[in-house]
Amino acid sequence: MNYLVGAFKPPCNIFISFADGRSRKQVPLKKENGKTVMVALFQSQENIVGEVVIEPIQGKKVEHNGVKIELLGQIELYFDRGNFYDFTSLVRELDVPGELYERKSYPFEFSTVEMPYESYNGVNVRLRYILKVTISRNYVSNIVEYQDFVVRNYTPPPSINNSIKMEVGIEDCLHIEFEYSKSKYHLKDVIIGKIYFLLVRIKLKNMELEIRRRESTGSGPNTYVETETLAKFELMDGAPVRGESIPIRLFLSPYELTPTYRNINNKFSVKYYLNLVLVDEEDRRYFKQQEITVYRLLET
Amino acid sequence: MMINEAEDEEKWLAEGIAGIQHNAFYMHRALDSNNLREALKYSAQMLSELRTSKLSPHKYYDLYMRAFDELRKLEIFFKDEGKHGVSVVDLYELVQHAGNILPRLYLLCTVGSVYIKSKEAPAKEVLKDLVEMCHAVQHPLRGLFVRSYLAQISRDKLPDIGSEYEGDDGTVMDAVEFVLQNFTEMNKLWVRMQHQGPGRVREKQEKERNELRDLVGKNLHVLSQIEGVDLEMYKETVLPRVLEQVVNCKDDLSQYYLMDCIIQVFPDEYHLQTLETLLGACPQLQPTVDIKTVLSRLMDRLSNYAASSADVLPEFLQVEAFGKLSNAIGKVIETQVDMPAVGAITLYVSLLTFTLRVHPDRLDYVDLVLGACVKKLSNIPKLDDSRATKQVVALLSAPLEKYNDIVTALTLSNYPRVMDHLDNGTNKVMAMVIIQSIMKNNTCISTADKVEVLFELIKGLIKDMDGSDVDELDEDDFKDEQNSVARLIHMLYNNEPEEMLKIICTVRKHTMAGGPKRLPFTVPSLVFSALRLVRQLQGQEGDIVGEEVPATPKKIFQLLTQIIEDLSTVPSPELALRLSLQCAEAANDGDLEHVAYEFFTQAFVLYEEEIADSKAQVTAIHLIVGTLQRMNVFGVENRDTLTHKATGYSARLLKKPDQCRAVYACSHLFWVDDQDGVKDGERVLLCLKRALRIANAAQQMANVARGSSGPVTLFVEILNKYLYFFEKGNQQITGAAIQGLIELINTEKQSDSATPDSASDAFLASTMRYIQFQRQKGGIMGEKFESIKL
Repeated sequence: MNYLVGAFKPPCNIFISFADGRSRKQVPLKKENGKTVMVALFQSQENIVGEVVIEPIQGKKVEHNGVKIELLGQIELYFDRGNFYDFTSLVRELDVPGELYERKSYPFEFSTVEMPYESYNGVNVRLRYILKVTISRNYVSNIVEYQDFVVRNYTPPPSINNSIKMEVGIEDCLHIEFEYSKSKYHLKDVIIGKIYFLLVRIKLKNMELEIRRRESTGSGPNTYVETETLAKFELMDGAPVRGESIPIRLFLSPYELTPTYRNINNKFSVKYYLNLVLVDEEDRRYFKQQEITVYRLLET
Repeated sequence: MMINEAEDEEKWLAEGIAGIQHNAFYMHRALDSNNLREALKYSAQMLSELRTSKLSPHKYYDLYMRAFDELRKLEIFFKDEGKHGVSVVDLYELVQHAGNILPRLYLLCTVGSVYIKSKEAPAKEVLKDLVEMCHAVQHPLRGLFVRSYLAQISRDKLPDIGSEYEGDDGTVMDAVEFVLQNFTEMNKLWVRMQHQGPGRVREKQEKERNELRDLVGKNLHVLSQIEGVDLEMYKETVLPRVLEQVVNCKDDLSQYYLMDCIIQVFPDEYHLQTLETLLGACPQLQPTVDIKTVLSRLMDRLSNYAASSADVLPEFLQVEAFGKLSNAIGKVIETQVDMPAVGAITLYVSLLTFTLRVHPDRLDYVDLVLGACVKKLSNIPKLDDSRATKQVVALLSAPLEKYNDIVTALTLSNYPRVMDHLDNGTNKVMAMVIIQSIMKNNTCISTADKVEVLFELIKGLIKDMDGSDVDELDEDDFKDEQNSVARLIHMLYNNEPEEMLKIICTVRKHTMAGGPKRLPFTVPSLVFSALRLVRQLQGQEGDIVGEEVPATPKKIFQLLTQIIEDLSTVPSPELALRLSLQCAEAANDGDLEHVAYEFFTQAFVLYEEEIADSKAQVTAIHLIVGTLQRMNVFGVENRDTLTHKATGYSARLLKKPDQCRAVYACSHLFWVDDQDGVKDGERVLLCLKRALRIANAAQQMANVARGSSGPVTLFVEILNKYLYFFEKGNQQITGAAIQGLIELINTEKQSDSATPDSASDAFLASTMRYIQFQRQKGGIMGEKFESIKL
């Protein structure tokens, strides 16, 4: 928590809830402290409707300069700690300056909110959506309460989805031709494909397919690139001979993938690659990396 | 180092087993608590033990079997959706999340089995998917085992005819396709094993590889068990595809095993109907493949099939099995230039066995096989390979055993030509086999042509072969052989005199080439065989009057004369003499005085010129006398001449006792106890008296030489002769003479110089007893004997 709540107890409790909170889908969200909480899931253009309840501690009054609720879409770059970039910021005034003696609820509504980017929790970057309630006070610090929520945006199946087919090799050593049935996969998709061995002069031990995530943040000279291997999937055991064709069938569902994010607000990108790795008996690795596009298909 | 290796392997195996047991324990716990996630995790870990590369096939199998048992438990768990709450379709996906390919495939096959059983997807689709996915294991050993696992779990789930998995989207064709594909891939993996490792461990690897062959062969077994694989499908799909793989894999171990496998697992009638295809593959195999064994097995199977029931024989004819097999063998021999002779001959033996079983009536086939064999052997003059020789003997023995009749074999023109390729020793052995076969079956060889062929076959026994080393011959063996030939001659017989004569001529022609060592064995048989014919002709004498008749006793006797002459030149005079006498006797029976005379002349000439040994002379004289005594064909003049000669020779023997005995034997020449026999009492007496003189002389000589006279045996013997003629009514022999002789004997016995001899005493005593007996008998004989005063 970066916000100093104060050494003393705040004079009131603030509750933020969504109107359809019971029926709305909840998804897990990893917090800064490492804990996972369930939060509401929204998508772009949805109405975000709810209620803020302020409950002063028994026998205390809260004097304030006004109460407001903000819907913030923030990008947080870790190397630039503490610096948030709000790409979305909507405000609703809930109350005029005055005093609060008892529990009071304020309904709020943000209609058809434009939320173009998905929530993302990466290595060097975080994109998050929050509802922020602020009770402004004179002389003392404001009372603030946050409510995270998650945004996911769905994409229709792409109209063009070519296969990836390529012949690669090392001259007179190894020639293979691989084929992935598609170049664009949804998150629960299956990668189907084949590897044909056109020439094998080295003694292979095995072959793997890796799914790698490449997260690049910043721009220009300050670009940070972080690559993670999310999956190592053994495709073949042993040494193939010329003419063999090895099947690929890799289910994506067990892996925690996100859709591909390209240049999100000029701040970061997340891309996915399939890395085909052939390992020979001396543990030398021969590989070929191909980008794939991952998208989120509306689950039915 | 080898020991270390073995120890290490034991250690690795133990570690592997421990790993499996450890994970299986947690897997069981997960199964008991219906925890699918944990079950999958631990089963995958357990199966990871099978990823080892350190074990030999044998040890790996051990490990595999343990994992296999555990997978059965997992499968039962998978089957029960109530326990884990995941549909089989989802389960099929879930197990594919495993990161390592080998555990993933084992699990996939296990779920696949459940999937097929659930019938939520067509068996065909699941099987196809599984067999495709198994491509991912390219390591030969691990690949073989995972595919073997697939074959195992799918065996009872093939969409075969009549199976519950058969339907619109799963036919027997799919089942066959699946098994064939798995088979092909397994064989490829198996073949690939040979390319691994350096040369020094090659032998060990080949051995290990061989241990795995049944994993591959099992697929063929499964194919043969599929109900829906009928002849049509076998012919159109199964066999061509299997053979394609066999031929293309270009690996001798695999080709040999798989060809054998095909032959063993599929039904005989399929083989019969697809002979052409099956045989067509043979020349395409690697030159190092032991095709002869493969083909031999095929022919053995077909032979047995043919023998199993007479109903199937038409099938063989219909498909021209013989022609195809014969062609195939020809091609194989042609293409495999390096095949040793033994291989080729083995093939021919099998083909011959096949022919004999399937086409016992087609001798031409047998001859064809032999002919092909001759052709093959034509570039090697004599076999020096003992195994090849053995096979040739087998080849030649087969028809004999089958037909139990050498006559059949004699019609095979190539039979002797094959025999020519045997070395001398084996040739003889084979000839003996032939003779024994004839003896055993009492086969009568009844034409001269056959005899001619037969002798051609056994010529190894009949004459010295080129280059054979005579010194090395074992005397006993030689005798055995020649005795067999002698026996054989008696088996050559025809009731028809004319043909019989031809046979005799043929036999003569061959046996005469036998040389001095053989003739003594063979000629007697030949002579007696001819004499038998003579007697037969004499028996039917009335019929043979025409001049045209080729076989007359006269002619035969002419032949015999020559034969015996030949024998005497060998030289084997004693035998020749005996045979002459036999012939003379036969001529006597045939009333052929001149012929008989001729033979006697021959006998005497032999005696004079050839027989020098005194003992032999004694024997010869007795033989001559004995024979001459029985002759009744001679006129007075001839007889006189001969008897005169005989007595003359008798008296000129070397030893006195021999002289004496021969002379008293001659007495019988003048007294033939027949109705119209010669009865010249006077000359009988002369002979006996002469014998007595000689006996006396012998006695005196003994006295002078040794100081003691010999026993009185000779006198007693003469006394017996006296008694004989006395009894027979020879007037010249009187009781007084006998009495005188007895007294003489007694005197001799009591003389100082006499040597007591119990044998001659006993002889005398019993002679006396006989006289006594005759006297007491009374009647004419009694009266006669009364005149002898004792």
